[in-house]
Amino acid sequence: MSAIAAWFTPEVIAVLIGMVKAVVILLVVIIASAWMIWVERRLLGLWQDRWGPNRVWWLGIGQVVADMVKIFMKEDWIPKFVDKPVFILAPAIAMVMTLLAFAVIPIAPGWRIIDLNVGVLFFLAVLSLSAYAVMLGGWASNSKYALFGGVRAAAQMLSYEVFMGLAMMGVVIQAGSFSFDTIVEAQTGLWYVVPQFLGFILFLLATIAATHRAPFDIPEAEQELTAGFHTEYSGMKFGMFFVAEYISITLMSALVVTLFFGGWHGPLLPPVVWFCLKTGLFMCFFILLRAALARPRYDQFMESGWKVMLPLALLNVLVTGGIVVALAAH
Amino acid sequence: MNDIKRILIGFWSNLVTLWLIFAHLWRHKDTVNYPEEMPYLPPRYRGRIILTRDPDGDERCVACNLCAAVCPVGCISLQKAERPEDGRWYPEWFRINFSRCIYCGFCEEACPTAAIQLTPDFELAEYDRQNMVYEKEHLLISGTGKYHDYNFYRVAGMSIAGKPKGAAESEAQPIDVKSLLP
Repeated sequence: MSAIAAWFTPEVIAVLIGMVKAVVILLVVIIASAWMIWVERRLLGLWQDRWGPNRVWWLGIGQVVADMVKIFMKEDWIPKFVDKPVFILAPAIAMVMTLLAFAVIPIAPGWRIIDLNVGVLFFLAVLSLSAYAVMLGGWASNSKYALFGGVRAAAQMLSYEVFMGLAMMGVVIQAGSFSFDTIVEAQTGLWYVVPQFLGFILFLLATIAATHRAPFDIPEAEQELTAGFHTEYSGMKFGMFFVAEYISITLMSALVVTLFFGGWHGPLLPPVVWFCLKTGLFMCFFILLRAALARPRYDQFMESGWKVMLPLALLNVLVTGGIVVALAAH
Repeated sequence: MNDIKRILIGFWSNLVTLWLIFAHLWRHKDTVNYPEEMPYLPPRYRGRIILTRDPDGDERCVACNLCAAVCPVGCISLQKAERPEDGRWYPEWFRINFSRCIYCGFCEEACPTAAIQLTPDFELAEYDRQNMVYEKEHLLISGTGKYHDYNFYRVAGMSIAGKPKGAAESEAQPIDVKSLLP
């Protein structure tokens, strides 16, 4: 008996607790993201003067289960003309990379998988890799609409990633750290949305582009490209792209909250509740964007990205840096 | 300068759009929650088909076959029979296949005796397809349907037992063709 107990040294226990936390966060993220399918359908319905799916269980909450059962039952067909290994790999990359980015998001004090001192850079790196899922998926499909989608995804990624990183730099300069934990700690008094308002607007626009959601769903523009990069996908492979998109909405909302809305900070309620509330609010905002706004042409998006957003982001970095340096000199 | 103005106006207009769509949250919803909330159906809605009776309680259908002839999908079939006691025609059997019926209402328009009528009942759903085939006992109701006073044999010139030629409502006596008198 004591031989077994001897195995549980403090280090092993710490590792086990870390693993349990990781699994809990993973499950909560996936379930919350799958639940987004229902939330989106309900909210889109309400905003279009309908009720949306309200039949299955309470408020139609079981619609997700019905949808999942349906998509699992579907034939997972791989067309004969595709590049098979890459075609199979692409949805896996989409899932894995979006989930991986959650590792650095602090949910509550002590509730995160890892506190990297280069958390922001890690996040940007993983986000760039997740764009490969769309590009490879579009390329491996060997059909013109999928290819158009992939090419557009690449063009879009080049446009938004630059000013996305720069928009985050304002926050990084103010907090003086790349670590998400330090950034959240630094927002104890004042959320960064106030001093970094321009950065917030720029970052929000970049996150919409990064999730490939309307109005910036240019790589999967239904009206132009059938379904864009996932035209040839069916069954659970399509389902993985689908869920990855919702996971990336959850991720981006969590990130906006962490960087600009004080993460877990808030009065009265426990930190986890505050974090989830704020994140949920931003997830609803993503749906509102889809319900309300029309899609720009992709040359318009690239033009605004390079000619408007990038100079503004640079200006933001310059002014923030100047003020921080001037304050430090005092 | 002009460009900056354009960008700001575009930004503002998008914000207004977002607010307008958000405000739809508490607008009236067009959806009717069907099983709990029944939609209003006008009395002349074309749903499940019935066979009606005349005010005296006899069935109106005279088995003329016009409904079966006019039916564009051929879902009506019937067999004529004659009542021995008064010579009235009636369908021996009458069958409508509702899994074929398109509810066009042509049968009701064609019917000379207002026997076949469409009702505002649309809730026809069966687990077994064969149950969609309605026989006469399923179709025939005990009431008069939409036309309460109409009785074909009382107004038509057709002679049956107890009602010879010329005895119908507003019907002149038959002309005696063998007489020269005007």
